[in-house]
Amino acid sequence: MSSGDSVEAVFREEHGRLLAALARRFGDLDLAEEVTSEAIEAALVRWPVDGVPPNPGAWLMTTARRKAVDRLRRDAVLATRLAVLRVEAERAAPPPAGDEFPDERLQLFFTCAHPALAAEDRITLTLRCLAGLTTPEVARAFLVPTATMAKRITRAKQRIRDARIPFRVPDPDELPDRLPVVLHVIYSIFTEGYAAKRADLADEAIRLARILRRLAPAEPEATGLLALLLLVHARRTPAAVPLAEQDRGTWDRDLIAEGAALVVEALTGGPPRFYAVQAAIAALHDEAPDLESTDWPQIVALYDVLMAIAPSPVVALNRAAAVAMRDGPAAGLALLDELADEPLLRGYHPYPASRADLLDRLGRRGEAVAAYRDALRLAGTDAERAFLTRRITAIEEAG
Amino acid sequence: MKYMLLINADGIDEQGGAAGCEPADWMAYDKQVRDAGILVASESLADLVTATRVRVAADGTRTVTDGPFAESREVLGGFYVIDVPDLDAALDWAARCPGSRDGSIVVRPVADFG
Repeated sequence: MSSGDSVEAVFREEHGRLLAALARRFGDLDLAEEVTSEAIEAALVRWPVDGVPPNPGAWLMTTARRKAVDRLRRDAVLATRLAVLRVEAERAAPPPAGDEFPDERLQLFFTCAHPALAAEDRITLTLRCLAGLTTPEVARAFLVPTATMAKRITRAKQRIRDARIPFRVPDPDELPDRLPVVLHVIYSIFTEGYAAKRADLADEAIRLARILRRLAPAEPEATGLLALLLLVHARRTPAAVPLAEQDRGTWDRDLIAEGAALVVEALTGGPPRFYAVQAAIAALHDEAPDLESTDWPQIVALYDVLMAIAPSPVVALNRAAAVAMRDGPAAGLALLDELADEPLLRGYHPYPASRADLLDRLGRRGEAVAAYRDALRLAGTDAERAFLTRRITAIEEAG
Repeated sequence: MKYMLLINADGIDEQGGAAGCEPADWMAYDKQVRDAGILVASESLADLVTATRVRVAADGTRTVTDGPFAESREVLGGFYVIDVPDLDAALDWAARCPGSRDGSIVVRPVADFG
């Protein structure tokens, strides 16, 4: 524990844990955040002088707790209210006897992702409180001014306090209702990271998924989500670049191995589940040495499963692309044309881009270029536009 | 903490009751809420056609009008005020309310100025 980096790592690791424990103890997220920051500031002053204590986490917790108690003594009114709150909360929700949820961060997970909060607030709160991002960092991720984000976070925290959204892990019978929201929040953080080309956000999402899996090991979808994130992240290539164009040599083999092992676990026992099946598809892509030798029949079969458990036009689109690889471009195109009237695909650039690719492979170059131009108009990022422009140029030069 | 459950019925039958719910369903729910010891107040509102609106203008003139009439399909049919530890508990009780099946229940914390 000599370098500044490892102290930084302690703060990063302990921040979420401290915040969660204090929020649960005092029932107030604002207070918890303030004393967590103060404890870390105190450490920054003390540790270089006194040395890093043997148990840095415990030191931080003791310091933060003292600061919280001091603050409550100063604010007697708040203290009375919090005391009442605590007693009621204890009475209503006795701490679980077993230690199936040993970490209070899980309670904060479920608080930040409570369905009573607006969807975007769930993501921002999770990033702020559990991923330990600062308000300006969260603001940057959502491309809004810091002041706007600060207001939003304050409002969300106020809502938790005033509506009394509890700091607790749902009972086992409620978990199936609530866990999807938590998983979706982590998944959204990951895709947000990809869309904004913020590798750090994708890393945070993976870190959160790891924590969630460790805390809820009996939930196969927690495992499935982690597997999916690892297997997609292993490619480190923008999703805009199709698999055919990606350099498989740059893919991270360690992440792929870890993700693939988790997929097996997530698919073992019980019915197939959403994230696990998607992860299985990603694993088949990642493990194939090249596009042609990919196990397309198996991928089509997995898309069939996905259509059965979570049908959507986007899944149908991906399935059609896999069918094209298995049975040829004409078969894929026929399926795509069946989706032409789907309102959800109307503004979705992968749809015309997939059509363009199949038309090109069928030698229908004029139609292919027209479809690529449709896709170009709808594309949202520079990477996507650059790829589509390259395709149009390539076809025009070939013709 | 006190929460108000506002029962918005999706449709009203000729008797003014929420469509799709039997009186027995409401009686059973009412008994559950009472037996749980969380009931603060509860009323079922009379038919909407009996409602009267009062407005006082800046100059003090009072206007009384008939109504309000339902502009949307959902109308406030009644309420419960319950005292439970947190929002999740309030949401559970709202979900058990017969009115949530053919309409919706809006859950609002009662402001605490104490």
